[in-house]
Amino acid sequence: MSTIQALQSNSKLITEKWLLLQASEEGDFADAQTEEQKAEAAELVTSLVKSLTENSIDDPDSDAFSKVKENVGILSLSRARQGYSPRETATFILRLKEAMLEVLSSEITDAKQLYADSLKISKILDNIMINSFESFIKGREDIIMRQTDEITEISTPVIRVWDGVLALPIIGTLDSSRTQVVMESLLQQIVESESSIAILDISGVPAVDTLVAQHLIKTVSATRLMGAECIISGIRPEIAQTIVHLGIDLSGIITKATLASALRTSFDMLRYDVVKKSERKLATGA
Amino acid sequence: MEKIPILKFGEFLLVTIQVDLYDQLAENLEADLINLVRKHHSRGVLIDISAVSIIDSFMGRILVNIAKMSKIMDAETVVTGMQPAVAITLIELGLHFEGVYNALNIEKGMELLRSKIYNLDEDHDIYSSE
Repeated sequence: MSTIQALQSNSKLITEKWLLLQASEEGDFADAQTEEQKAEAAELVTSLVKSLTENSIDDPDSDAFSKVKENVGILSLSRARQGYSPRETATFILRLKEAMLEVLSSEITDAKQLYADSLKISKILDNIMINSFESFIKGREDIIMRQTDEITEISTPVIRVWDGVLALPIIGTLDSSRTQVVMESLLQQIVESESSIAILDISGVPAVDTLVAQHLIKTVSATRLMGAECIISGIRPEIAQTIVHLGIDLSGIITKATLASALRTSFDMLRYDVVKKSERKLATGA
Repeated sequence: MEKIPILKFGEFLLVTIQVDLYDQLAENLEADLINLVRKHHSRGVLIDISAVSIIDSFMGRILVNIAKMSKIMDAETVVTGMQPAVAITLIELGLHFEGVYNALNIEKGMELLRSKIYNLDEDHDIYSSE
């Protein structure tokens, strides 16, 4: 019996063995295999053995396997999204190889033929596995990209704290692309709300190096060009230390320790007075 | 020849730039403006660039030049209504507009000019009284 025939006639057996091997791998979750997963496995095995022909068995890159690769790719992608580990995804295909070789060794008696064909099957499955891994990594990268976009959007809110006063709490590291987003949204808001003071609160920025300081100075300069004043607040002691140690000159910029003192300063600049009601009564003599 | 209109408004000069400036036009504006400052004894120059979407390094330098020249002739310069994209570009170009005051809109620009000139006059009074 030829290898191809042996595999094709035993596709059911391969599926069973594969599922069994997977179950032993998953340990406690052995019962967790759903009907859906079983059907998926059966379909994958069937399409794989079907695509084996006299020609394609010698060529792991053959087009005959494109459908199998596509299916495995989709499967790996969904596994990546569901949070499977790379090891789990890899063993998934490795176990299929194991199951196929096991069946092969019981069907083929000639040692030489068995060795040669095992090698071929191994190559094909290795190829499929590389493919599956590429899809898995791509799935992961998609998730990371989406999260990065979300974080950039969420973390740059411009808050109107008073008439003519905007606050922008920056959370997370400031890199070039984020500075761009921060600057653009801040300047846009300044135009829309006709604000004359903007407060940049950096209490959520983990560390300030020369590059971050450079970005902050740029933002402040751009705000000034628009005709608004910019105050940097939320400077923690350790950040003040790094700024001085790095020799960064922030003398041209108004800096405050807390958002509250920055707001107080902006009230001063707008010539507002914050007075307690009782004191106001005394002052007016009521 | 195309010219940018300059309006006299009390002791101020008002310029609103509505077209994208090319180099010759900008140089003419510089010369006209300085001549008018002298002619009307203006104390302040207000340039509104809210309709300008592109400012290159040359234009930036012209604006700084106007401010410096006016300053020599005892007039303050305020540039108003700069668009966010323009501000970002200027910062990236490394232009910081020394000697130019900036305001969000004409209204605030006028206020700023008045306060500058008013304060300067006050200073002057202090010196003269001493």
